[in-house]
Amino acid sequence: MKAAPFLYVKPKSIDEAVALKERHGASARYLAGGQSLMPVLNFRLDRPDLLIDINGLSELRGVSNSGSGVKIGALTRHAEVAKSEIVKSQLALLSECIPHIAHPAIRSGGTFGGSVALADPAAEWPACCLALDARIVLRSSKGERRVEAKDYFLGLYDTARTENELLIRVEFPAVAAGTKAVALELARRRGDFAIAGVLAQAKKTGVRLENVRVVFFGISDRPVRLSAVEQGIAEGQPMETIHQAIDAGINPDDDIYQSGATKTHLAKVLLGRAVEQLRQ
Amino acid sequence: MNVQSKPGKGGYIGQSMPRPNAVRLVEGRAQYVDDVMLPRMLHVAYLRSPHAHAKILAIRTDAAKKAPGVVLVATGKDFANIEKFAGVLAHFKGMKSAQQSVIAIDRACWQGEPVAAVVAESRHLAEDALELIEVDYQPLPVMVDIERGLDADASVIHAELKDNLCFSRDVDAGDFDAVAARADHIVEQTFRFPRHTGVCLEGRSVLGNWISADKRLTVYISHQAPNMVQDCFAKLLGLPESAVRVICVDVGGSFGIKTHVYGDELATCALSMMLGRPVKFVADRLESFVSDIHSRDHLVKGKIAVTKEGKLLAVSFEDRLAVGPYSVYPRGSAVEGNQICNITAQWYTLEAYRARMQTVFTNMAPYSNYRAVGHPVAVGIAEGLVDAAARKIGMDPIEIRRNNLIPDHAFPFQSVSGMKFEVMSHHRCLDELVKAMNYEALRKEQVELRKKGRYRGIGIASMIEITNPSAMFYGIGGVRVSAQDGCTARMEPSGSIVILHGCGEQGQGTETIFAQIAADAIGVPLETVRLVTGDTEVTPYGGGTWASRGAGVGGEATWQAARALRHNILELAALITQTDIGKLTIVNGSVVDSASGEEKITLAECGRIAYFRPDTLDSYRPELCVTRHFVPKQFPFCFTNGVIACHLEVDVNTGFIELQKFWAVEDCGTVLNPQLVDEQMRGGIVHGIGPTLFEHCIYNENGQLQNGNMADYLVPMPCEIPDMVVCHVSTPTKETEIGAKGAGEAGTAGTPAAIMNALNDALLPFNTVLTDMPFTPEKVLKGLGKV
Ligand SMILES: Cc1cc2nc3c(=O)[nH]c(=O)nc-3n(C[C@H](O)[C@H](O)[C@H](O)COP(=O)(O)OP(=O)(O)OC[C@H]3O[C@@H](n4cnc5c(N)ncnc54)[C@H](O)[C@@H]3O)c2cc1C
Repeated sequence: MKAAPFLYVKPKSIDEAVALKERHGASARYLAGGQSLMPVLNFRLDRPDLLIDINGLSELRGVSNSGSGVKIGALTRHAEVAKSEIVKSQLALLSECIPHIAHPAIRSGGTFGGSVALADPAAEWPACCLALDARIVLRSSKGERRVEAKDYFLGLYDTARTENELLIRVEFPAVAAGTKAVALELARRRGDFAIAGVLAQAKKTGVRLENVRVVFFGISDRPVRLSAVEQGIAEGQPMETIHQAIDAGINPDDDIYQSGATKTHLAKVLLGRAVEQLRQ
Repeated sequence: MNVQSKPGKGGYIGQSMPRPNAVRLVEGRAQYVDDVMLPRMLHVAYLRSPHAHAKILAIRTDAAKKAPGVVLVATGKDFANIEKFAGVLAHFKGMKSAQQSVIAIDRACWQGEPVAAVVAESRHLAEDALELIEVDYQPLPVMVDIERGLDADASVIHAELKDNLCFSRDVDAGDFDAVAARADHIVEQTFRFPRHTGVCLEGRSVLGNWISADKRLTVYISHQAPNMVQDCFAKLLGLPESAVRVICVDVGGSFGIKTHVYGDELATCALSMMLGRPVKFVADRLESFVSDIHSRDHLVKGKIAVTKEGKLLAVSFEDRLAVGPYSVYPRGSAVEGNQICNITAQWYTLEAYRARMQTVFTNMAPYSNYRAVGHPVAVGIAEGLVDAAARKIGMDPIEIRRNNLIPDHAFPFQSVSGMKFEVMSHHRCLDELVKAMNYEALRKEQVELRKKGRYRGIGIASMIEITNPSAMFYGIGGVRVSAQDGCTARMEPSGSIVILHGCGEQGQGTETIFAQIAADAIGVPLETVRLVTGDTEVTPYGGGTWASRGAGVGGEATWQAARALRHNILELAALITQTDIGKLTIVNGSVVDSASGEEKITLAECGRIAYFRPDTLDSYRPELCVTRHFVPKQFPFCFTNGVIACHLEVDVNTGFIELQKFWAVEDCGTVLNPQLVDEQMRGGIVHGIGPTLFEHCIYNENGQLQNGNMADYLVPMPCEIPDMVVCHVSTPTKETEIGAKGAGEAGTAGTPAAIMNALNDALLPFNTVLTDMPFTPEKVLKGLGKV
């Protein structure tokens, strides 16, 4: 369980990092928190020739306000997201997710950008990006481009980010005041990746839920937003109808511990609980 | 609490005290094998078969030999001069196994069997070179089906054995059919206990250092039985026993995983002999999953006969268990099944008992003794059946146990299967448990919560545990694992005491209790007692730590040696002070007048005279270093007993089980150190939670382990572990002066049954019974008909 040999470089600027990556292409990897990359290297499931350590790029680190929204730098650690007052007051959904993300040691090392770049289908941050209409900001030698979250997550560990682009930050539009957020997930052990998860957010006016957002994660090859489910909740449709929309919208694969049918069932249970909490 | 401290009243025995050596571990100053650095040391990595069963047609090593830092590449044939081995116990009639070689030669029989070795300047370079070795395999039929493994048309792993049966046993005591005919109900239940493994924090590790000039091999190894390693390695490597020295310093968990001989560990020493240089092997986590022994893996069909008044009449079962392709050397892979035949349900006053057990070879990882060998299955079958019977007749689980457990006054007692019990305390333990958990209140709460759609369950498991085994365990079967243990107690000139002992320390506190025993036995402060263990060159010959024997066997040897030393010190003091020895005793490091307590002479002064001025003692020769050995003889095993309760809640919509609390009342005789016994119970309970809810080595039909890593093989973590309350009842054994029975495995033995019974208690309103461990959310949902 020792990584295959590789070269290591720690650039001092974004330009340098991107230039290196473009020079070495698919045989190089960006190294952020290393919480996902290092195990894969040690298992020799991946064997890049070069690691480009981006931890020296301090401009990629931190949470700040931009106009009416919030920017999270790619190198911001999960633990820093957890502590950020801006996140607490403006992106409640992210705060709700924190307790579900791994363990304190991993939260201190793992980065926001690393999670969004990797796009694990059971990860919380990608699901948040989708739920909150985030824009993913990517950098290459040609400059910056922004990709809407809905166009970014393409499949299992597959995103619209091209091989050499550096994810530099994620921009979240402002969330309407008074919006309630719920993050629920089921993991066999605390801190494990979810076997089923749901993010839900809405504004309660009287008995009605408005601006409903629902994203499922851990049940497909990417986070999944189902507008029929959102509409059903907003319209107060019976749960059976909403369940039909879930059946139509997701078709999880079996894994070693549970079948796809079990995951679908769990997603439904979680959604029911999330809606109940939104209504409270 | 009922702690008795028999021998050293008012002393250290019976007191809670932390392990002094834990400080070193917490400070990161332990010396595990991987911490030992020797000059000119090399590292070996093993190439392991990716197939569960395959012929090895060719191995090409040229490229690997030329890789940077590589010193030697070896394949099975290079080790052909090492004797082959098989763990066959002569007293297990009909037991058989094929002969195993340290590295596969023509055929690999499980995924993970080593097929080649690379020795290099670092582990890293060795792993780089491993990738350059090419092996041509021809896949062979794979046998992993426990149910079909003995069918006439099953593919046989070793042709010379004719079939896949390692060992079988039938026990037929009393007339089951006649007794069962008198029952009102015969309740049947099938159980599945999953294959799982030990997951020690410190992986298996060995460092062999052959000094050719001395013709001696020093083996640093992470192991529980240093003298066994010495004996086996010497024999298999063709060396005299005296040429092998085995050193076990700190051991980072063992749980039975480290009581065996592993081919890769032996090969590492052989490589050191080939090269004349120290060679180190430290198993990494991935190879641990496919090369450490696995355990359990039973399919059991059980029956219990009960009257409508709640009298249990008879138990019968058929147990199929799937071991690896070879019976593991030297203890074998059949003790698990054998123990189950011996002890299942034997804590009840049954009239008849019938057991059939078949241990079947498969192409899965090697399999042998793991913490609480056989017990979780024996207790699982018995307590699962007892609860099934209770449900059938509508009786409370506590009541049915009260009605049928062997009465406390009935000892000594011989069970229907023939087990001899010296003394136990089932009813006192059960009474303590009911009190400690406030059983009635929990039942009331359960009823109230059910009305609100919350489903809590209470599960009880009574049990016995085999501890302090005599030579009936291995010696009688021709296996050279010592049943006796020895202790040397030595007084140094300053009056401090050194204890040299054959039982070592793997984190359970063995050294601490030996120090407590020695300090009390002699009458010295604990801080003046120093322990030396884990070096065959200096410690008395012994069996080591397994089968919960450290305290009961090793502790008694310590007591005997320390008492003998005390006597010799008193004899010396009597001579020096010209006092009648009968009037003297030792308190706090000084010889005092036993009546008045007045100090006569310090041990330091005794030491000064004995060692530096023996000329003043005329013809008297002080013997301030004595050795005593102890082995249990009156009973084949010293049985302990206890009862464990589990309280849990099932989320019937998600199938998730939340453990609420455990209560354990155990009777290990004299409680030498309550804190350490509690730690053993707690750790044991965690080991019981693992395979009941989480841990499972999942193999596919091709014999490929599906989850051999720490992300997919689920070990319970602190957040999954609830509070535990541990209480003690103490009925000391009379076979020894200290009266201690074993305490290391009871938690592991009883916990699976307690959880299973609690789960089924919670699911009672849904008319479903789950017996297929581990109880995953999906299995619960299926049981509830939700998916
Ligand atoms: C035991 C354990 C439990 C975990 N549980 C969870 C969990 O419950 N939920 C969860 O969401 N995560 C979990 N994780 C994953 C953790 O959050 C990771 O840290 C995260 O997914 C990746 O972030 P990183 O900074 O460590 O990325 P790295 O490991 O450094 O990189 C991951 C991949 O992303 C690429 N990359 C990283 N940063 C960039 C960038 N800025 N631009 C372009 N490419 C980039 C790398 O090249 C690499 O391919 C867990 C991890 C472990 C070890």
